[in-house]
Amino acid sequence: MSEALVLGGQEVIGVSRVEGPIIVVEGAGSVGYDEMVEVLDSQGRLRMGRVLEVGENMSVVEVFSGTTGLSIDGTRVRFLGGPMHLPVAEEMLGSVFDGMGRPLDGGPQPLTEHYADINGQPINPTARVYPRDYIQTGISAIDGMNTLVMGQKLPIFSGAGIPHDQLAAQIVRQATLGAPAGEQPSETAQFAIVFAAMGVKHDVADFFRNSFAESGALTRVAMFLNLADDPPVERLVTPRAALTLAEYLAFQREMHVLVVFTDMTNYCEALRQISNIRGEVPSRKGYPGYLYSDLASLYERTGRIRTSNGSITQIPILTMPNDDITHPVPDLTGYITEGQIVLGRQMTQQGIYPPITVLPSLSRLMKDGIGKGHTRADHSHLAAQLYASYAHVQDVRSLASVIGEEELSTVDQQYLQFGRVFEQQYIHQGPTENRSIEVTLDIGWRLISMLPQDELTRVSPDEIKQYYEAAHAAH
Amino acid sequence: MSQQVGTVTWINGPVVRAHGSRRVSMLELVEVGEEHLVGEVIGLESDVSTIQVYEETSGMHPGAPVFGTGMSLSVELGPGLLRGIFDGVQRPLPAMERHSGSFIGRGMHMSPLPRTDKWDFTPVLKAGDKVSGGAIVGTVAETPALEHRVMIPPDDRGTLTWVAPAGQYTIVEPIARLRTATGEQDVAMLQRWPVRRPRPYRARAGQNMPLITGQRVLDTFFPLAKGGSAAIPGGFGAGKTVMQHSIAKWSDAQVVVYIGCGERGNEMTEVLQEFPHLVDPRSGRPLMERTVLIANTSNMPVAAREASIYTGITMAEYYRDMGYHVALMADSTSRWAEALREISGRLEEMPAEEGYPAYLAARLAEFYERAGFVETLNGQPGSVSVIGAVSPPGGDFSEPVTQHTKRFIRCFWALDKALASARHFPSVNWLDSYSEYLEDVADWWRKQVGQDWYAMRSVAMELLTEESRLAQIVKLVGPDALPDEQRLILETARILREGFLQQSAMDDIDAYSTIQKQIRMLGLILHFHTRAQHIIKRGALITVIHELSVVNDLIRMKALIANDQLDKMDEIRRRIDEQMDQLESEYR
Ligand SMILES: Nc1ncnc2c1ncn2[C@@H]1O[C@H](COP(=O)(O)OP(=O)(O)OP(=O)(O)O)[C@@H](O)[C@H]1O
Ligand SMILES: [Mg+2]
Repeated sequence: MSEALVLGGQEVIGVSRVEGPIIVVEGAGSVGYDEMVEVLDSQGRLRMGRVLEVGENMSVVEVFSGTTGLSIDGTRVRFLGGPMHLPVAEEMLGSVFDGMGRPLDGGPQPLTEHYADINGQPINPTARVYPRDYIQTGISAIDGMNTLVMGQKLPIFSGAGIPHDQLAAQIVRQATLGAPAGEQPSETAQFAIVFAAMGVKHDVADFFRNSFAESGALTRVAMFLNLADDPPVERLVTPRAALTLAEYLAFQREMHVLVVFTDMTNYCEALRQISNIRGEVPSRKGYPGYLYSDLASLYERTGRIRTSNGSITQIPILTMPNDDITHPVPDLTGYITEGQIVLGRQMTQQGIYPPITVLPSLSRLMKDGIGKGHTRADHSHLAAQLYASYAHVQDVRSLASVIGEEELSTVDQQYLQFGRVFEQQYIHQGPTENRSIEVTLDIGWRLISMLPQDELTRVSPDEIKQYYEAAHAAH
Repeated sequence: MSQQVGTVTWINGPVVRAHGSRRVSMLELVEVGEEHLVGEVIGLESDVSTIQVYEETSGMHPGAPVFGTGMSLSVELGPGLLRGIFDGVQRPLPAMERHSGSFIGRGMHMSPLPRTDKWDFTPVLKAGDKVSGGAIVGTVAETPALEHRVMIPPDDRGTLTWVAPAGQYTIVEPIARLRTATGEQDVAMLQRWPVRRPRPYRARAGQNMPLITGQRVLDTFFPLAKGGSAAIPGGFGAGKTVMQHSIAKWSDAQVVVYIGCGERGNEMTEVLQEFPHLVDPRSGRPLMERTVLIANTSNMPVAAREASIYTGITMAEYYRDMGYHVALMADSTSRWAEALREISGRLEEMPAEEGYPAYLAARLAEFYERAGFVETLNGQPGSVSVIGAVSPPGGDFSEPVTQHTKRFIRCFWALDKALASARHFPSVNWLDSYSEYLEDVADWWRKQVGQDWYAMRSVAMELLTEESRLAQIVKLVGPDALPDEQRLILETARILREGFLQQSAMDDIDAYSTIQKQIRMLGLILHFHTRAQHIIKRGALITVIHELSVVNDLIRMKALIANDQLDKMDEIRRRIDEQMDQLESEYR
């Protein structure tokens, strides 16, 4: 795999067109599709690029750090003979890289013989292991109702001004390999963390760095930073570089890796920009028709495989433009990922942290990661009941807003009360509060027992005997 | 076999142009570059041919050779398909894993069906028999669940000069010899068929047998006929895949072809790991023994995603031609349409709506038209039922793929985001969904269950429709404003929703209901309603009805009473009568 780097390529002086981040080069000999290029301006400053389209005598190249300062005659283009490769090594944990995967702050290149194509290759579905081991995050709304499973891709859908960074940092800080309720989670399974920032502000990157430092995790973290003032096109490389390292750690070094991306919306905008400049036919809101496939080429690089004990779990963060969940970025993400954690503005305004709106949230892999032997036998019924009852709270609330609370039936008033307490005691918790799965399940029973027994049709009669009756009596 | 027919001149992702168009034909299978990547000719213009390549083209250079094969894109048909898992162009994924490890490499050429496995062949015909296409020469127990019928290729006819004696043969060894008008030829179990050409049959037949899915909302309310076509549109997380999996598990098809078309890797792995352990309630055999999987996940090459649908349906037709009922699931047809769009975009074709090519509707029509209940060339009944998931952007059904699909299907199972977020699963919206097979299958139901399914379904549907009208009023003024007769409708509709329509795919007992269980559940709920109506007329309060313990029995029976314990339903019926009698005596 590494020979592509050492193959000297051919060099061309002068380009025939420069537009946005795109240049068109003529006269190069045999150029390969998707090949990496080095572009030097007349001062000899180096930037990287990639071949997007190639004809007999012409190639279209995207230049990652933009084309400012490039001239038609003075630009040199060097074709490197193969797609971009990243050197990968375990020692990269504890270091910071730029958006192209180069060491930042003058750090050295990792010493390694492993170079991997940043585009990766699709995992063969027959080689996968279906993920079934849950991760305890210590956050009730996740562990209890949207359980995260090792090897899952579970994004956070958020909006500007909503504390998604705090939540992601808390998840990373508290994540441990889950154990059945009542048993100690094993301390041995510590996650390696691969963090990639795309187009976010410096303070966001600093926030994460400080948070990793405070929890003493910094030596287990590799950060890839493309910040708001870094070239937008580089963003297309950042998550790929990060995943290339994650794959190496998980599948060659057998580590459990948590990958956090922020903000996928910025990534998609960079993709849209390139597409528009190339004059491609757009699908929705100007995004290219291949946005789904492109996002899938990132999100699907998650999971477990039979030949390694490691795993990749992805938590991409994205901000929904206008809080619109039907916007192409959250929409296509939701179509690829295995669920989503949706944060709400209203919850934020009510002072609820984490502001998780549970009804549109979902963890698709939860079903096989919970229950007997994983968390506790009653977990799935309890979660279903909490969902059903809380969904009914929404109906009662809208009815109450019309006819007034006093006019509600006794049962409906109980629902209203349940809804309030559920938000304040189950969803709401401290930013450093780390609840065991047992505590989460018990709070669930305590709250659901505020409702009359007849209303609880999702839990079994046996479970009612075991958990409801005592809790109900206490109310 | 393959010889160079041209050279690459231009590369843009999966689309490649080459010189030398005169030496290839439209839709010919070609191999591109030194790695011999598989591709298909999709355009010819003066000297330039346009090729879609089924593998990643990264690193390919202009000047690379193009090799012709003289064939069009075809699948291999024969024993060994069942239990198999293939990519969109029928490359066997397990063999690929053995060859290149956990990640899918490029330029691998391997036979879809193993050449060395031996199969126990039992002849049916003998030398001297006159045969035409579709005739069954002999049989092979492909899996314990299914007898594979080895057929004369559809286009052939003649006289058998030799049929192999019973014994073990590989798929490439001759098992018969056929004298045709043009000479003598061997017939082997292995046959090929071009995927874009529907396999022929003798005639289409009526569709009056439902495909029983075990899903109550489908079978009872919106039935699909065997040989019919259905669409499952729904936003992300609405439950399309769970529904497709449920149908693949529990439907009464004899063969299932499941196409994961541009969806998640883990979902295919789930099927692969689960199906060998789940038992088909009819054959008593592991589900995998009747299943063929095609997995071209979202991160696999997009052109092969386009092909996957055709690969799958050709296999389905092949088993249909043996006289079987086949169900084909495609999850998701939207990803297939997007593959069309992506390739069309790279060809710079004029887009119609939302960037989709103008031929989108025609392609959809061609696909769904391959569903059908037929009389095979051999005179047997056989069917292919097609169930396509649709993933509309933003969950908005007005987009082109949903709208065009609606023109070509007759069963519309509309999944509803609001129901899904309230965890009402399957989230089939009973007001937006429809089945045009209702009348067609009514007779079959009557014969099977001895009751007027159609009438019962209509009553239940009326209750649900009335509920939604009343719910509008309740939203404005609260439930107390309604008279108790109408509040009873709300109560019964709630029981129908929670106790009948909702069905958990994850619950061992609830996951699958026989038609007997379905009709008895429905009967009990309607019986409750009739009796309660009577008592309310006499002045009983709705609150009293609501508090009857039997209400909870009705809601819980789906998960408490297994398919083989339906007698327990008599007990519930007894309780309904007992509690109602008691009330009746109070409101005399
Ligand atoms: N019948 C059911 N019983 C229980 N849970 C269900 C049922 N149907 C769906 N669900 C729940 O809904 C989740 C999402 O379902 P599914 O994966 O089928 O959605 P989808 O429509 O295929 O989404 P996408 O378009 O993103 O693939 C499941 O993971 C499961 O939790
Ligand atoms: Mg799905």
